[in-house]
Amino acid sequence: MNRLDYSIARPAADALQVNKVIKNTYMLLSATLFFSALMAAASVVISMPPMTYLLSIGGAMLLIWFVLPRTANSASGLAVVFGITGLMGFGLGPLLEAYLALPKGPQIVGTAFGGTGVIFLGLSGYALTTRKDFSFMGGFLFAGMLVVLIGALANIFLQMPAFSLAISAVVIMLMSGFILYDTSRMIHDRESNYVMMTVSLYLNIFNIFVSLLQILGMTSGDD
Amino acid sequence: MDWMKIGSALLILAMIIFLFPRAKQMLKESPEAQPGDWQGAILPIMAVVGFVLLLIVML
Repeated sequence: MNRLDYSIARPAADALQVNKVIKNTYMLLSATLFFSALMAAASVVISMPPMTYLLSIGGAMLLIWFVLPRTANSASGLAVVFGITGLMGFGLGPLLEAYLALPKGPQIVGTAFGGTGVIFLGLSGYALTTRKDFSFMGGFLFAGMLVVLIGALANIFLQMPAFSLAISAVVIMLMSGFILYDTSRMIHDRESNYVMMTVSLYLNIFNIFVSLLQILGMTSGDD
Repeated sequence: MDWMKIGSALLILAMIIFLFPRAKQMLKESPEAQPGDWQGAILPIMAVVGFVLLLIVML
């Protein structure tokens, strides 16, 4: 009887743990997205120079690589997450300012913002409702990201607009795959940590937004 | 070449260096896909592609 009780209680405890990770991740993600948007608005208002984008992303990457893995399991991990997302939001300022200056600028920024929200909610909702395990995509997604980064590095020197557009399109597809992969990790990976999951999902959303902004900017004929 | 280009190139290079071991590990350790798994992933991604095309047409 005890064994039976245990076998019934165990999945229930696992389900509670999974729900807790999902709830905490989405709550923290909402807060960080709001904070990031505030920082981006502040950066636009004070008209930061273009170099801000590079320095902010560089600073955020340093935090992700060296500080976050050491703090993810402690309360200071939350401060690090806000540091990362705040920096990345602040870095968006000069980019948003450049797009907002275009004739259709506010429309482009608004469409990219709304489009990113629809893509994220749709894909995350799909992964949560189907509860499919997308862990098989891990190798493909990371290898794909590596190829995209090599392409982006080459395009800094090649300066080909069509290649830049292609890279943005591939980034959107890869980040869509990463949303499925990360959302399914929250359900199936018992060791998933909500601080790490928040940063992963934030990076997916950030990259989709920037790529969508670039695609819409280039195809609207104003870029 | 301006500082933005040099900075961007260095940042992307650093990302490649940090991502490479992770990608190698993921390629080794990712579980094999079962029949139908890829279909379940590709369909929503294709829906995203369609949605982006719709946004481009609408703008």
